[in-house]
Amino acid sequence: MKAKAFSYLRARTIEEALAAHSQAGDDARFIAGGQSLVPTLALRLQAPKLLIDITHLAELRGIRRESDFLRIGALTRHCEVMGEPLIAEFAPLLRAAAPFVAHPAIRNRGTLGGSIALADPAAEFPAMVLALDAEIEIAGLSGVRRVKADDFFVDLFETALAPGELVTAIHVPLFKANQKIAFDELARRRGDYALVGCGMIATFDGAKIETVRIAFFAVGHVPTRARTAEAVLPGYALDAARIAAAQAVLEQDLAPPDSDEAPPAMRLHLARVLLGRLLGRIGESA
Amino acid sequence: MSEIDTSFDPGDADEVVRVRFVLNGCKTSCAVAPRDTLLDCLRNSLELTGTHAGCEMGACAACLVLLDGRAVHSCLMFAVQADGARIETIEGLSESGAIADLQAEFHRRNALQCGFCTPGMLINAHELLSQNAAPSRAEIRDALSGNYCRCTGYEAIVDAVAAAAARRAGGKTKDHAS
Amino acid sequence: MIAPLTSLDRPNSYIGRSVPRPNAKRLLAGRGHYVTDIKLPRMLHAAFLRSPHAHARIASIDVERARAVDGVHLVATGGDLAKICTPWTGTLDHFKGMISEPQLPLPLERVVWAGQAVVTVVAESRARAEDALELIAVDYEELPAVVDLDEARKPGAPLVNPAGHSNVCFRSQLDSGGVDDAFARAAHVVEEELSFGRHTPVTLEPRAIIADYDPDAGMLTVHHGTQTPYQFQDLYSRHFGIPEARVRVIAPDIGGSFGMKLHVYHEDMAVVGLAILLRRPVKFVADRMESFVSDIHARDHRVRARMALDESGEILAMDVHDVTAIGAFSTYPRTSVVEGNQVIRLIGAPYRFRSYRAALEVIFQNKVQTSQYRAVGHPIACAVTERMFDLAAMRVGRDPFEIRAQNLIADDAYPLASPTGYKFEALSHQLCLRRLRDMMNYDGLRTEQAALREHGIHRGIGIASFVEITNPSPAFYGVGGARISSQDGATLSLTPSGEVRCAISVTEQGQGTEAIVSQIVADQLGLAQEHVKVLTGDTEVTPHGGATWACRGAGIGGETALQAARVLKANILEIAALVLQEQPSALDIEGGEIVDAATRQQRLAVAEIARIAYFRSDTLPPGTQAQLTVSHHFAPQGYPFAFTNGIQGCHLELDVETGFIRLLKHFVVEDCGRIINPMLVDEQLRGGVVQGLGAALLEECRYGETGQLLNGSLADYLVPMAMEMPDIVIDHVETPTKDTVLGAKGCGEAGTAAASACVLNAVNDALAPFGAAINAIPITPARVLKALGRF
Repeated sequence: MKAKAFSYLRARTIEEALAAHSQAGDDARFIAGGQSLVPTLALRLQAPKLLIDITHLAELRGIRRESDFLRIGALTRHCEVMGEPLIAEFAPLLRAAAPFVAHPAIRNRGTLGGSIALADPAAEFPAMVLALDAEIEIAGLSGVRRVKADDFFVDLFETALAPGELVTAIHVPLFKANQKIAFDELARRRGDYALVGCGMIATFDGAKIETVRIAFFAVGHVPTRARTAEAVLPGYALDAARIAAAQAVLEQDLAPPDSDEAPPAMRLHLARVLLGRLLGRIGESA
Repeated sequence: MSEIDTSFDPGDADEVVRVRFVLNGCKTSCAVAPRDTLLDCLRNSLELTGTHAGCEMGACAACLVLLDGRAVHSCLMFAVQADGARIETIEGLSESGAIADLQAEFHRRNALQCGFCTPGMLINAHELLSQNAAPSRAEIRDALSGNYCRCTGYEAIVDAVAAAAARRAGGKTKDHAS
Repeated sequence: MIAPLTSLDRPNSYIGRSVPRPNAKRLLAGRGHYVTDIKLPRMLHAAFLRSPHAHARIASIDVERARAVDGVHLVATGGDLAKICTPWTGTLDHFKGMISEPQLPLPLERVVWAGQAVVTVVAESRARAEDALELIAVDYEELPAVVDLDEARKPGAPLVNPAGHSNVCFRSQLDSGGVDDAFARAAHVVEEELSFGRHTPVTLEPRAIIADYDPDAGMLTVHHGTQTPYQFQDLYSRHFGIPEARVRVIAPDIGGSFGMKLHVYHEDMAVVGLAILLRRPVKFVADRMESFVSDIHARDHRVRARMALDESGEILAMDVHDVTAIGAFSTYPRTSVVEGNQVIRLIGAPYRFRSYRAALEVIFQNKVQTSQYRAVGHPIACAVTERMFDLAAMRVGRDPFEIRAQNLIADDAYPLASPTGYKFEALSHQLCLRRLRDMMNYDGLRTEQAALREHGIHRGIGIASFVEITNPSPAFYGVGGARISSQDGATLSLTPSGEVRCAISVTEQGQGTEAIVSQIVADQLGLAQEHVKVLTGDTEVTPHGGATWACRGAGIGGETALQAARVLKANILEIAALVLQEQPSALDIEGGEIVDAATRQQRLAVAEIARIAYFRSDTLPPGTQAQLTVSHHFAPQGYPFAFTNGIQGCHLELDVETGFIRLLKHFVVEDCGRIINPMLVDEQLRGGVVQGLGAALLEECRYGETGQLLNGSLADYLVPMAMEMPDIVIDHVETPTKDTVLGAKGCGEAGTAAASACVLNAVNDALAPFGAAINAIPITPARVLKALGRF
């Protein structure tokens, strides 16, 4: 399992990275943590001629609180998502998901930006970013732009990133006092890709739900919001009947593809169970 | 007919570059191809074979080293990415005595059999104890959840890590009963 | 004449002590020396192009572009290696009627499984060899692939071997008589069909080999990641036409084997051939993806079982039919039928019933070859037996412990032969059953289970009794014509400084073979363990022997070491007697000193005896020839196998909404005869149990319709990891065998033998209130939810 030969460039500035990628075109790949990229090279599933290392770009580092948002630099490592106080305080849903992402040594290298850009539908962070209504900041040769998470995940491993563009930061709305989060996944073994996973963030008005965003992963080609289930919740307390109502409509939101490990009906069943458990958790702590 | 990539000529593959890092406390430089993983560089070029290759895709943790103080899969990095870094392998950690108590507990409890997973286990355990001085058994299992062992069934390893943690905290532990 | 074994009170009494393994320290320091670590001067690297098809004719191979790549030294196909390597056939004479296709390192005409090596490239680096592989074009004509067990057995089915008549490799029947009568008069008959997923060992160090041929010395040296260098010395000699004395096989540290590294692999034979062609060392390491499609698979069985019982729960008879899927040929030299043979012979073994009938069919498939893997056949036999017992218990309303107490062979019933012809010397099933019940706090667990069920929490409790085959005699392989030794030899020397070197033909893969040998030698010679150095794994250094497999290391290797040590001791005491002017019988050795046997008073250091013998033989009486090196062989006599027994218990929690299972705790009561190092035995049991738990819940080689292995990666084939595994509580009974002085039996496979059976019973116990049942392993969430009708 040895990769095909390539050249390596350690970019010193974003401009250098973008320019090098543009020149090489289809034959270049950015490498950040590399935890997902390197195995594909070892297996010769891809064979770029140029790897552009972006891990030394200072502009992609750092976590800052801005007025209404937490700006999380794309190079933030998963272990930092787990450990940084700003994330615990202002983006607890990310903090809750982090321990489930692979294993400690992977988390020491993998980056949030890398995870979002890869958009593996079975991964935790893309779905959480969707649940959080985050914005993804992107740099390209034509400048910097932001895309809402709802618009970012297009298809299987396909995002709003144009070829040669870089995710530079994730902007997450600050967590508020009247909000609650819940996260869980069902995986055969700790750190495995989940059979089904879910994260949610609910805004309360007293004991009643004001708004809620629920995102599933490992249920399709993209991280998926359960919009129909979400829609039956605002204005209600999370009692057993209301939770059952949300579970009942979930099949309108999810159409899991067939897979070797789990038939679609099973995945849907698990998603329903998970939805019920997480809503129950939020309801109890409300 | 199986397909041949007619555009690919391995004749011009493998330009060699020089990487420099501090390896087990020593300034080291090494000629590598960009496609050489850090694992292959350590094992083949630098002949430090204590770090092992179990899967070459980050699924077994036999290849863990410390990079700038953090445990990483050396099979998931190219050596060129490590240029300028500080690297510690099992050999260095062993010779410096940094993991001597962990090694002693592993030895006392036979927390290894074939030994192939052991360097990775020790490095991960070392990192765990540096972050969590009194981990529960469940926390130990969680921290080691990515380290594959086929021989021990893990329990003796958990015992050894827990015992090392307890000793560091000043307590005594019950030795494995004869 | 046989001296009593030491009590634990004596100094240097190592037998029965949990001392740490001397060999483990360097492994902890990263100073292991595995074949994957070895680098020889001018060494080249081999890589293999593998068939994407499960069954196909090779129409043409074009290697010209690959040959032209810089750094490539050789590209070889089947014909190149057939010139220097004779074919091998994986049959044994005592399996009457078995057939199998002869094999060559690389195929000449046909590929028979997806993943089979077809072409090899040898280059200056593995990466360069892989580059060259991409430039090789192979033209295949696909043939029908045989991948379904039932389809394969139908008359007129496509054949794995087109020149053959059917896809049957081997058939066997057993009938002890009285079965039909028993079923006719039975008050109850329970029946079940159980399916077992195909497994692969997944050793952390993959297969690795370096072959080095020196044409001027006519010498082949192979550094081989194998459990059995002796077998390979013999094989390489015969198949490559090199005199045995000019073949050296060295097995250094091995990163896990579990039986997998006992077998002949096409790539390994190819590498030996390549080294002969190139006259330079050639190294091959199977990468993880290759491992999945080339390491042996195992345990692919479907067993239909019937059990007849009377009204009280007394089992009257069992009738089983085992169909097992192997690869496209039988593995060499240990065959692919031993597993099935053991399954049908081991079913029911712990129990008293006498009427038993079994049929075995071993069926070829276009899949990876299968052969011996830890606990060969035992997991299936145990699961069938123990599940049937639980079904019987339910049928007559008995508790699982009670029905087993009623039916397990009594502890005073021995010696006894099973209906399948296995001879039991002395086992302890009933005692182990009682011990397990106490250890598990079974009654407490049942009370708790009932209470938790009221709250929708579903616990399951399962038990499984087992026997395990250890210490095999030639009845295993030798009688079939295999050149696989069942004896061992040890060469023991007292060195000039009074230390002991023991070169012995059992081998080490981490279970502690070298440690227990050093304990036995130290114990018998009266030395401290640190003064005993054990050498294993090199055909040039040790006598020829059986190596390590089927749990023979402690029982047979240990006895070899013990007997050799006694001979050496006698020789030392003979010299000491001359020096001290005493009778040898008046002397003993303790703590490295010659002592008075009666008073234990120290007389002379053993090191002094050595000094005199090596450097001052002139001071010994004329005619004295000190023999401070002895070579001694031991072949097991008496029982053809040393059976051990035990029982396991499993406590788990089942989430009936998700189908997920949490293993809470596992229990083992094991009787492996005399225990040399309790810690090492317990660790073998733990490791073995976890392999069985992985089998029960996680592991399965899944094949698609066209014969592709669908989940052949470490991400997709799920091996047990730390988070999901329970703590394992262990207790022991010790019933030594009288066949040897040491009295030790083996223990390496016991954990795996019953663990999955236990889990199956526990899950079914948890599901019982729902009227749902599982009859297949692995027990996946999908299977559980399906059984519960959740989707």
